[in-house]
Amino acid sequence: MSSIELKTGEKKSGGINKVFSKKTVIGTRVTKPDAPDKATGKTIYINDMVLPRMLYGKILHTDRVHARIISIDTSAAKALPGVHVVLTGEDIPLLKFGTMRDNVPLKAGKVRCIRDEVAAVAAETEQIAAEAIALIKVEYEDLPAVFSPTEALQEGAPVVQEDHPDNRSLAYKFSHGDVAAAEADSDIVLEHEFVVPYVTHCCMGPGCAIADFDSAGKLTIYSQTQYPYNYKMDLAPAIGIHPGDIRVIQPPVGGAFGSKLDVYPFEPICALLSKASGRPVKLTFSREEEFINSPTRQPAEFKIKSGVNKDGTLTFRSVDCLMNNGAYTSWGPTTPIIQMRTFTGHFRVPAVEYNGLAAYTNSVYAGSFRGYGNVQATYVTASVMDMLAEEVGMDPIAFRLKNAQDPGEVTPQGSKLDDCKLKECIEIAAQKTDFLSKHETYAGLCKQPGRIKRGIGIATSIHNAGGAKIHKSDGCGSILKLDDYARATLITGASEIGQGIDAVLTQIVMDELGIPKADVTIVNNDTALGPWDVGVHASRTTFVAGNAALQAARAARKQILDAASKQSNVSAEEMDLRQGHVVQADNGVSIVKLDKLLRQMHFADEPELVMVSEYFEPDSELEDRNHVGNLSATWAHGAYVAEVEVDTETGEVKVTKITAVQDVGRVINRLGIEGQMEGGISVSLGYALSEELLIQDGKVLNPNFRDYKVPTAPETPEIELHFVESDCKASPLGSKGIAELPAIIPAPAIANAVYNAIGIRFFAPPLTPEKVARAIHGATTQ
Amino acid sequence: MSLEIEIGFTLNGRPVKVRVPPTMTAVSMLREKFDLTGGKLACGEGECGACTVKIDNRTINSCLMFAVDCDGREVQTIEGLGSVKGLEIMQQAFVEHGAIQCGYCMPGMIMQARYVVDQNAGNEHKVTRDDIARGLEGNVCRCSGYTKVVDAVAAVVLEEAST
Repeated sequence: MSSIELKTGEKKSGGINKVFSKKTVIGTRVTKPDAPDKATGKTIYINDMVLPRMLYGKILHTDRVHARIISIDTSAAKALPGVHVVLTGEDIPLLKFGTMRDNVPLKAGKVRCIRDEVAAVAAETEQIAAEAIALIKVEYEDLPAVFSPTEALQEGAPVVQEDHPDNRSLAYKFSHGDVAAAEADSDIVLEHEFVVPYVTHCCMGPGCAIADFDSAGKLTIYSQTQYPYNYKMDLAPAIGIHPGDIRVIQPPVGGAFGSKLDVYPFEPICALLSKASGRPVKLTFSREEEFINSPTRQPAEFKIKSGVNKDGTLTFRSVDCLMNNGAYTSWGPTTPIIQMRTFTGHFRVPAVEYNGLAAYTNSVYAGSFRGYGNVQATYVTASVMDMLAEEVGMDPIAFRLKNAQDPGEVTPQGSKLDDCKLKECIEIAAQKTDFLSKHETYAGLCKQPGRIKRGIGIATSIHNAGGAKIHKSDGCGSILKLDDYARATLITGASEIGQGIDAVLTQIVMDELGIPKADVTIVNNDTALGPWDVGVHASRTTFVAGNAALQAARAARKQILDAASKQSNVSAEEMDLRQGHVVQADNGVSIVKLDKLLRQMHFADEPELVMVSEYFEPDSELEDRNHVGNLSATWAHGAYVAEVEVDTETGEVKVTKITAVQDVGRVINRLGIEGQMEGGISVSLGYALSEELLIQDGKVLNPNFRDYKVPTAPETPEIELHFVESDCKASPLGSKGIAELPAIIPAPAIANAVYNAIGIRFFAPPLTPEKVARAIHGATTQ
Repeated sequence: MSLEIEIGFTLNGRPVKVRVPPTMTAVSMLREKFDLTGGKLACGEGECGACTVKIDNRTINSCLMFAVDCDGREVQTIEGLGSVKGLEIMQQAFVEHGAIQCGYCMPGMIMQARYVVDQNAGNEHKVTRDDIARGLEGNVCRCSGYTKVVDAVAAVVLEEAST
């Protein structure tokens, strides 16, 4: 330490007269800071964790879909050596939780669906816990059950939730303009019905929680949650403690994709087992338990009526969406909030109405899943747009361009499309793929002989890209500190679930402070340390947390440059931070090394530390009662083109190429944005072609990777990405949220391409070989 | 305690001895007896590849293998692929190409990728992206969409072909 000069006001030091040029890392390819440990197997995921004195929890799920619980005999389980606690719904107070406060951790009195938790055990090993569960005897009296939302809404249907005797859960109604008059005036009116399936996240890390109560009654929970601060609020009522008494620690997780955006019963059960045993308790799902018990994407039945004039102008749109709520309400039935925006916006629809309703049934329940209702809406709208184009004799590109919204437009729901790039996205997508020529050629070959048919299809959508104000706050806090060695630590509310916010925030700090990647540490896994954030959802993290980090880094930068300015005859405005030095901005000559300056500031007569806190709240609005309001601070559009080959004998659809054109605002991490888009496309590929969680009479038929087919490497098409950059005034960083559109748009582009290839329209994804072959060799639609 | 059997094998280059129940799987033994938690128990039925390790000269889903069957064999896990000095070339390629997001499947994916490339040693110039993709079809990844995974492996093929 002898070389360190503590004297303030010094102007020259060892690195003097070195010149540093301006280098920005924004827009470059930055690898994830946590990737090396993940590549070497060093990362300890929550599923890998073992705490001292830890017990293992296990849940007895019911084998009924609707039944009264007559009795539960836990005596043999309790007597098994190594068992510490056995709990049933009778042992705990009524702890209601969830979106509609209609769920409880352990069910008492009756079970309503195949997921229902009737008892739980904490034991010294996983094996003993499993043996104890097998010893619990439950006597049931089966009740009449209802599985379809249509039947559930009929009079006399079995009642699923006693507080909702008509089985009606959440309902949505939006109306703009005179739909009836517009229908009467329309040249052409078409009606269609779509059915979209249950699909599930397939996180590679199965569900897991570790709960640990301390002697004062406070809970530390190691959780996979992707919304840790709201999680405290939502978990508290399920355990019967104050939210302030919950500390959430987020170890690395094996994926989330929206599935960890709510509290599910296994988490409070794990906490209750810890409370009852006085020990840390870990509860992990097997893959089969994960398939059956984790939330799904919301399934729905749509009826859509659309009007268009002969010149290709859309006149009206009327949408009915009926959702299977399942037995309890998680985020699934709230997805119309986002879904409606696609039906009512991005193409100009002068008169539009949407009616959404969720009905309780004895089926499993849905949560949020990357794309949040817009996956379903875009499948419907993009299919309908192609059908309308054909009806009026226009090509899919011209028809879309004619009706696409322009910059500055405000949609009927109040989405402000200040910098709308929809037309640009469509034009680039068409041009890059030679769309029109291929589309015409393939359509001409459609009815010709030949086993393999080619097709090309386009789809577009809009999505919130500046957060989504579903809480009173959609903000994120950032705390940034620099130590005596110019190492920066950013403590952020934003969670890392694999999506790469660690790299993005690192870049922002590097860029503002002129320090290398290795000198930035991101801390974001503990609610006791981190400031508020609304979680990883709504494509919001780079937008919200990125701007919060930018504010903090700029505040730290200002403090540093002001201090440097005091010691030199250069003003702060004329200085820059580059490669660990404070430099003159015009010529890059070093004034002082950053670490040295920080020590001088710290050890001065009037000492100061560089530690700043900032909060970024996006400029967005809560919806009003009529679902109007600029829910997101900015919106993004995308146009995706799919090219396919259909084997008309086997019905197999091979996607050969996806060309994705998307408004991203500004690229921050090129490597990360590519990864998010490629990964999202894969999720949509599964939705289009192979994935469906099969539920029959309330039971899951395919709870394994053999029968639930996610895409693997050989099915992955060639992917070409084009980023459209826009001037996003709502984002000081310039970035927009990007990660959901790739999971939304490809599926209907694939379905439209299949239509181009074989002339058959599919109203119910996935387009499995069986479904496609049946359609080719039998009816014309499926 | 129930019956346990003593077995001995080479684990990441070092000889080991361990007592295991006859029903224990290899993945559980590696995770629980040796704290080698890189390989994951993600499906337990050989469908996802997250538990892939190398036994003698081939890769295997270690969830489908009994621990006792490791007796006398040479076992390599992700922890034994690199060295304390740094990442092995395949691990480094996965990092640099941005193939790793949540990373849960990656220890298994990287072990399989290393195997696929080793299988083609000497014939690297003939290896196509389709060959790589087919070689990885038993490994499920829900984050990456596989493009960057194949990019990483293709880069290693090229690099090893030129050396």
